[in-house]
Amino acid sequence: MKKNSWINVGFQVGALVVALLITTLLLVAAGAPPLKAYASIISGAFGSSNNIENILITWSPLLLTTAGVLITFSAGLWNIGIEGQMTLGAIFATGVLRALQNTQLPPALIIILGILAGVIGGALWAALAGALKTFGGVNEIFGGLGLNFVSTALTIYLVFGPWKRPGVGSMSGTQPFDEKLWLPSLPHTELSLWALGISLLVIIAVYFMLRGTHLGLRLKAVGKNSKAAFLMGVPTWQYSMFAFLLCGAFAGLSGAIQVTSVYHRLLPNISNGYGFLGLLVAMLINYQALWAAPIAFFFAAVNIGSVQLQIQYKLDSSFAGVLQDLLVLLVLLGEGARQRFIKKG
Amino acid sequence: MRKNVLTIALLAMTIVLVLTACGPAATTVAPATSVPPTSVPSTQVAATLPPVPTVTPAPFIFGMLLVGAKNDNGWSQATYDGGLYVEQQIAGSKMLYLENVYSGSPSYPGLTASQLADQLVSQGAKLIFFNSDDMKDEALKFANANPKIYVVGVSDDWTWKDGKNYTVSANQVDIMGRMEYMKMIAGCAAALTTQTGKIGFLGPLINDETRRLAASAYLGAKYCWSQVLGKDATKLTFTVTWIGFWFNIPGVTADPTQVADNFFNTGYDVVISGIDTTEALVEAEKAKTAGKAVWALAYDYKTNCGVAPDICLGVPYFNWGPAFAATAKTAVDGTFAENFQWNGPDWTNLSNPDTGAVGFAKGQGLSADNGTKLDAFIAQLAAGLNLWTGPINLQDGTAYLTAGTVATDQQIWYLPQLLEGMEGASVPSK
Repeated sequence: MKKNSWINVGFQVGALVVALLITTLLLVAAGAPPLKAYASIISGAFGSSNNIENILITWSPLLLTTAGVLITFSAGLWNIGIEGQMTLGAIFATGVLRALQNTQLPPALIIILGILAGVIGGALWAALAGALKTFGGVNEIFGGLGLNFVSTALTIYLVFGPWKRPGVGSMSGTQPFDEKLWLPSLPHTELSLWALGISLLVIIAVYFMLRGTHLGLRLKAVGKNSKAAFLMGVPTWQYSMFAFLLCGAFAGLSGAIQVTSVYHRLLPNISNGYGFLGLLVAMLINYQALWAAPIAFFFAAVNIGSVQLQIQYKLDSSFAGVLQDLLVLLVLLGEGARQRFIKKG
Repeated sequence: MRKNVLTIALLAMTIVLVLTACGPAATTVAPATSVPPTSVPSTQVAATLPPVPTVTPAPFIFGMLLVGAKNDNGWSQATYDGGLYVEQQIAGSKMLYLENVYSGSPSYPGLTASQLADQLVSQGAKLIFFNSDDMKDEALKFANANPKIYVVGVSDDWTWKDGKNYTVSANQVDIMGRMEYMKMIAGCAAALTTQTGKIGFLGPLINDETRRLAASAYLGAKYCWSQVLGKDATKLTFTVTWIGFWFNIPGVTADPTQVADNFFNTGYDVVISGIDTTEALVEAEKAKTAGKAVWALAYDYKTNCGVAPDICLGVPYFNWGPAFAATAKTAVDGTFAENFQWNGPDWTNLSNPDTGAVGFAKGQGLSADNGTKLDAFIAQLAAGLNLWTGPINLQDGTAYLTAGTVATDQQIWYLPQLLEGMEGASVPSK
C-alpha cells in the first residue's frame, strides 16, 4: 500500500474512533452504560428475524435515495429537494392506485402503473428544481428546500382534503389500499423482495454507470469543472437536468415503494427523512457508489437497533441520528484535515 | 484488478446478506392452533368495572406504544399510568414503552408501529398496548402477524362484534372508556360558566370518536344552558375547531395555541379542550392575566387542571388502570380472548382509581354555586338521565333520533356528523 493510502485510511479510522468516543461520552452523560448501550443497538438490529427484516425494509428506500444523490453529486449538484421528490413519487403512486383501484385491471398491473407514476412524479418534481437552477438561476439548495415545503403542503392538503378517509380528517393518512394492491411481501412481514431487488439493481446500475460509462464520465466532468466540460463539448445544462431527472426518478420510486410496500397509503412525512439520510450516506462514502450498499445497510441497522436505547435506557431514539450525523461530520472533517496534511507534506 | 475483486466481493457479500436475511421468519409466527382460548364472551360492554384483585406474582413483561410523551399531561400519560397500575396489580410484571409513536414520527424514521412493537417483543413483551387510533391499522396487522402475542387496541373497535368494523382478531382486545358522560359534564360546566354564551371546542382530528365526544359536550352544554339556567338554547354558540391531530405537529397540524387564542379573541370565554395537550389551559391563563374573564376545561389526565388551576373548570379524564390490569391478568393466566370493552364510570364514586374507566375532577375555576349545580347534573346522569335521547338532528338537519328514541351504542360510537346547533366541520362519513 502506498504511503498516501495509509494516510487516507488513518484519517478515516481516526474519524470513526473520534465519532465513537464522542458518542460514548454522550451516552455516559445521559447515564447509559456505553458498552451495554452499543450491545442493545446491535441486539435491537439483529436480535430477531423480525428486526433483520425491518432493517431490510428500511434499507430499500435508503438505497434508492442514496443512488439518486450519488448521481446529482457526481454532476456537482446538491439535490436537497430529494425529500420532496420522494414525496411526489408517493403522491403520484397513490393517485394512480386510487384512480384504478376499482377498475377491472389486474392488481399487478395497477401496482406497476402506480410505481411508474411514482417514478414520473419524482422525476418531474426534480425537473422543476433543475429548471429553477438552469433557467431561473435559483441555487438548487434553495429551490429544493422550497419545493420540499411545497410537497409537504400538497400532501397535507390531499390527506385532509380530496383524499381524506371517509368520515375522517386526520394526518394519519389516506384510506389504506386493499391488500391486493400491496407489493407482494414475505408472509407476515412487510418485507418485499421486489422492493429490495429493485433497490439493489438500481444501486448496482448506478455503480456501473458512474464507474465505467461515457455518461458517468461526462456527469463527473460536469461536476468537477462545468466550464471545462462545456469547452470540451459536453452539453452541461442538459447533463445537469439529466442528473436531476434520474435522481428524482429514483426518489419517486422510493416514495412509490413506501406507498405500495410499507404504509399502503399516503401520509404526511412519508419521505421520513430518507432523502437527507441518503445525502449523509453519500457524503460518508465520499460519493463512491461501491460503498453505498453496506453503509446504507449500517445506517438502516442503526435506525432499527437504536429503538432499544429508548426501551432499555429511556434515551430518545433520535440518538441514532446523533451517531449518524457525528459520523458524517467527523469523516468530512477528517477528509479536510487529510487534505491539509497532504498539502503541507 | 484489486478494485474489481473488491467490487465483486462486496456485491457478493450484499447478495449473500440479503438471501440469508430473507429466510422465512421462524420465531414469531405461530400455527393457528396456538390462538388463545375464546371462552370469554366476545363483546363486553361493561357499565362499571369491578375492583381488580391482586394476583400471584409472576414474571410478565408487557409493552406500550404511546402516541405522545408519557408526561404529556394528557392521553399518553393517562395510558402510561394505566400501565403503572398494571405493574402494581400484577406482581413481577414490567412495562416497556416507546413514546411519540405516530405515522411519520421523526423519532422513528421509516418505522411503523408494528415494527416498533417487534422491538418490544424482542425484549420479552407478551402483551402490547397500542394506545391510539392512529395505530389502529397497525394494531390489527401486528395482531394478525403475531398470534402468540396479545394485543390491546386502545380506543379501537376491531373486535366489537356489533360494530361496523368487526374483524376476527383472536389475540386482540379493544378497550375504550365511556368518556361521553364526562364530556357532557364538561359541557355543562362550560354552559354554567360562560358569560358570553359562546363556547369553543378545541378539537383534535375528525373521526367517529371525536365527533361523538364533541357532540356529547354540546349535549351537556345545551342541557344545562336551557334546563338548568333556563336560557334560550338558540342563544348558545358552540363552535368546534379541529387542529388535525391529537397534538400539535408543527407544519402539519393547525397550531392549537393559535386556535385557542382565536377563540378568546373572538368572544368565546370558555374553551373545552379535546386534544391531548394543554394549550387551551395555558392560553386561557394568559388571557386571564391580560384581563379577560375566560375559562377552560382540560382533557384526558386527572391532574391536568394543575397546569392553570385558577381558570380550570374541570377535567374529564380516563382511568385506564382497572381495565388494563384486568386484561393483562387474562394474558397472564391464559384466559385472554378477543373482546371489546366500552367501560363506563363508577357513578357511586367518580374518582375511585380502582373502579370506573372515566372520571371528572372539578377545577378551582368553577364557582361554588356552579359546582353545586354541576353536582346535581352529575347526580341526574347517575340516576339515568340520557342526553342521547331524541329528538336529535344531525348538523345538516337530518333527523338522527326521533322524539323519545334513545341512541344505541352504535349510533353514538359511529355518529356520522356533528349535531344541529353545533358549528364546525363534520367531515361526514359516507
